[in-house]
Amino acid sequence: MTEPLYRAEQLTRRYRNGGTEVLALDHVDLTIEPGRRLGIVGESGSGKSTLVRLLAGLDRPTSGRIWFEGTEITDLPERRLGFLRAAVQMVFQDPRSSLNPRMRVGDIITEPLRSRLVRRQLPDGIDHARRLAEVLDAVDLPTDSGGRYPHEFSGGQRQRIAIARALAPKPEILIADEPVSALDVSVRAQVLNLLTDLVAAQGLTLIVVSHDLMVVRHLCDQLAVMRQGRIIEQGDTETVYSRPGAEYTRALLAAIPRIRTAG
Amino acid sequence: MSLLEVRDLRVSFGRRRVQAVRGVDFDLDDGQRLGLIGESGSGKTVTALAVMGLLPENATVTGSVRLRGSEIVGAPEVALAQLRGAAVSMVFQEPMTALDPTMRVGRQVAEVLRLHQGEESGPARERVVSMLAEVGLADPVRIADAYPHQLSGGQRQRAILAMALINSPDLVVCDEPTTALDVTVQALVLQKLNEVLTDSGAACLFISHDLAVVSQVCDKVLVMLDGQVVETGTVAELFTNPQHPYTRGLVATARFDQTRPGQRLPTVEDFYAPDTSVGGRP
Repeated sequence: MTEPLYRAEQLTRRYRNGGTEVLALDHVDLTIEPGRRLGIVGESGSGKSTLVRLLAGLDRPTSGRIWFEGTEITDLPERRLGFLRAAVQMVFQDPRSSLNPRMRVGDIITEPLRSRLVRRQLPDGIDHARRLAEVLDAVDLPTDSGGRYPHEFSGGQRQRIAIARALAPKPEILIADEPVSALDVSVRAQVLNLLTDLVAAQGLTLIVVSHDLMVVRHLCDQLAVMRQGRIIEQGDTETVYSRPGAEYTRALLAAIPRIRTAG
Repeated sequence: MSLLEVRDLRVSFGRRRVQAVRGVDFDLDDGQRLGLIGESGSGKTVTALAVMGLLPENATVTGSVRLRGSEIVGAPEVALAQLRGAAVSMVFQEPMTALDPTMRVGRQVAEVLRLHQGEESGPARERVVSMLAEVGLADPVRIADAYPHQLSGGQRQRAILAMALINSPDLVVCDEPTTALDVTVQALVLQKLNEVLTDSGAACLFISHDLAVVSQVCDKVLVMLDGQVVETGTVAELFTNPQHPYTRGLVATARFDQTRPGQRLPTVEDFYAPDTSVGGRP
């Protein structure tokens, strides 16, 4: 049996918020196999973003353990996380806040390549200009975009810039946290099509966090439903959609607004 | 005479006179619910603000907006303040910014009542608590005594709804009222909105980018693009037989469930190529 990409055991994360303690993640077990497309759905406060931040090594669990490709990363110091930083890239919800407005798009996209930690994991002499051209092409942005600033682009284009930056260090895993929630319906479909194509073309493992069950259904073959810090149901996407086991999953599915054309 | 008559409404901003709304016409009858759909920058919020007389000072408005026959465009602020909260009220997207964080919820709802009806605090309190109950808040007395930060997003948005409806307005303008809410909470708030609108008989101008949400609340829909109305119809007509290519694109992209997972989703561009020569789009 091959080693899973990620293995998490009893992951727990508590925060102190003023005087009260918040249990954001409550003893979560999770295994992610390479090449899968996992969707994590839940409402605000369900712990879905906390979970992926732990997977990406952006935050540390209060208790529990995480392995990435067989190596335990739970307590690894930042200086030894280079392999994780190169292999796992994230795309966030709002490209207005995730892109530095004072940097040129070319510098934004190649920034991961200049990171001291990531650089050591990459093949020597990777040509930044060439990689920039490659990823701009992959996300369908004009070749001259590198010299411009984020504000010169529309919302959908800015999310393409964020995706291009994530692709630059040739990651194995792309984690997208609400990748289309801040976008207009009219550009949402374009960005979803782009993600679908990229994941297939580059053989990426995809983890998508969303409150939108239709988005997750479209992108992912596996689904985990979270509530109050726990995974309450997981399985093959179509199975969970057609035969939800948990009462809460049924409520979530029933609440999706549908186009009503009668009366 | 319709409740609301909008004629050749044009709104431009700033010295360069960028036109955000370019000649919009529509009528809204008593008790009718009209949805306004379109993407960001299409002019739907600016249209709603013009109806409320809430546009900022750097806006230049021409054309006519008549509410029960009285003109809103160019009306003095004193007259508008009388209308707002009484004849017409508004529900915004983000309930936390629409509520005063330093004031108990009950007092905020009562303020709207007192501003327009000048009642004493005793009967006002009763009206407030019963209004909070009407919008489906299970424990209205506790909610009335709570501060906004002590409530959940759905409770806050229903408190706003109570505030918008307490003076029995003829028209409620809702701008993306459930966009910031979780799906299960959204379903609940929409259900309550439907109920209170039906009970009070108020008309509603409902703005949303979400076609499914609009179809659940409204009878008629206006599609806006680049500051103009490109299509009008009943919900059934528009969603089953859209005419304008842009509307066809919007409807196709909203029907996610009709694409097999993983297959290419239709995009608006498959149906409609924006005409950049007009200068409406950047």
